[in-house]
Amino acid sequence: MAILSKIQHRGSSVHSLAWNIPRILLSPVPLILLQPVFSRIAAHVARSRPDLFARLGPHLSKRFLIDPVDLPFVLVLIPDAATPHLTAYRRQENPYYDACIAGTFFNLLEMVDGSLDGDALFFTRDLRVSGDTEAVVALRNALDDFDGSVIDNIVTSFGPLSKPVALALSALRTIRAKDRHE
Amino acid sequence: MNDDAGYIRPELVCPAGTPAGLRAAIDAGADAVYCGFQNATNARNFPGLNFTPAELEQAIGYAHARGAKVLLAVNTFPSAGKFDLWREAVDYGARMGVDAVIVADIGVADYAARAYPNLRLHLSVQAGASSPEGIRFYCQEFGVKRVVLPRILTVSEIADIHRQIPCEIEAFIFGNIGMMAEGRCSLTNYVTGVSTNMDGVCSPAADVHYVEDADRNLTTRLGAVVIDRVACGEFAGYPTICKGRYVCGVKSGGYYAFEEPVSLNLSALLPDLMRAGVTALKIEGRQRSRAYVKSVVSAFRTAVDGVLAGRDPGLADLLALTEGHRQTEGAFRSKAWR
Repeated sequence: MAILSKIQHRGSSVHSLAWNIPRILLSPVPLILLQPVFSRIAAHVARSRPDLFARLGPHLSKRFLIDPVDLPFVLVLIPDAATPHLTAYRRQENPYYDACIAGTFFNLLEMVDGSLDGDALFFTRDLRVSGDTEAVVALRNALDDFDGSVIDNIVTSFGPLSKPVALALSALRTIRAKDRHE
Repeated sequence: MNDDAGYIRPELVCPAGTPAGLRAAIDAGADAVYCGFQNATNARNFPGLNFTPAELEQAIGYAHARGAKVLLAVNTFPSAGKFDLWREAVDYGARMGVDAVIVADIGVADYAARAYPNLRLHLSVQAGASSPEGIRFYCQEFGVKRVVLPRILTVSEIADIHRQIPCEIEAFIFGNIGMMAEGRCSLTNYVTGVSTNMDGVCSPAADVHYVEDADRNLTTRLGAVVIDRVACGEFAGYPTICKGRYVCGVKSGGYYAFEEPVSLNLSALLPDLMRAGVTALKIEGRQRSRAYVKSVVSAFRTAVDGVLAGRDPGLADLLALTEGHRQTEGAFRSKAWR
């Protein structure tokens, strides 16, 4: 954290470093180690937000490819109410999907968290959508029906790790927000 | 209520696509929110959007506890033999205690007026009532208390209408704007078979297809019709036919034959609208996120309060939320628009 707070004051090259921190940190990590985290996120959302699935209507068994374009992997979400799946794949694996949502990690994060508007990101071409557009719209609207921060809610489910994870994410998002306004 | 600067305090009417969106709007300063059920009875019948009856009931409690009103949009046109769904929507709204039902169809207005004489009725923009004669008809026959004016009138025309009608005026101040005759547009129906006015959805998402090539040029299709090709680096708009670019012989290359991707923003005209007798200022965008709702409602809350206090509206920059990253005052400033 001390390092992060220092780099916030060192100009744009540091900002670009902050942009790349998720990629730098995650690139060497084997997906087999990350997968339990994604499974936990899916299970937590299913437990805490059962109403979300009602909004998805006929799209519960669709495969949503979530593509954070600046990360070394993609995620496939199957929002099945009973057993939701969030699975990480290396890009070259080209997993099958019905609908795809692509953007930078931070843009996707802020959109899911209710801080950025998905339509506005689409207008500026910072968000890409392909495949089953109706499924994407349903998922976006379902995720948006949430009071407060989805991300904070998920992070708190990580027990003893929740505080450092929250602090690190908060610092990175602060730098990202400053970048956006410069 | 007249304030020190001589304005009547307008109601800030804000969109709510979900219960969380409704709470975001009210917490950001909305005086009233408008919303609809998860079916064809309202003009934003989009997947994953809108309210169940139970959600609406809870939302009304939340709003009323904070002094805000809930306006229920039942503002599409039932086709023959399908009236029960619209009747049921009005019944739910009346029993739950919504503050008004927004109607467009004469049959729905007639049912609501007869079944619930004390239920306040607002005339939706979808009714397309833009003349004093037309508006007076709805007031006299169905007891309409407020008209939402189509986005085709200048501010001076609004002031003129205000002097000739016995009901309140609600005017759009921000959000989507198109060239169509409101409530009469059949472009989506022509291409997809789904009716904007009867099914409640313009450019149904199931018929929208986006394809981006390796150079990031985006092709947008509605059904079999290519609506636009957006080059890499160009801003995009909604996948609606009225905002599409076509080869039509009038100009070389693709041409925005109806309207360009652009959003209405009347922040600079707020004092004029308030002087023209507008009772309620409406923000469009039930299909947008709670991030949009929070930003736009907060900005206009500050701006309206500023005008009332005799200060510069000082509106926050909302360009980042506009369609195609462009904004217009449309016909409100001048008939020269399009």
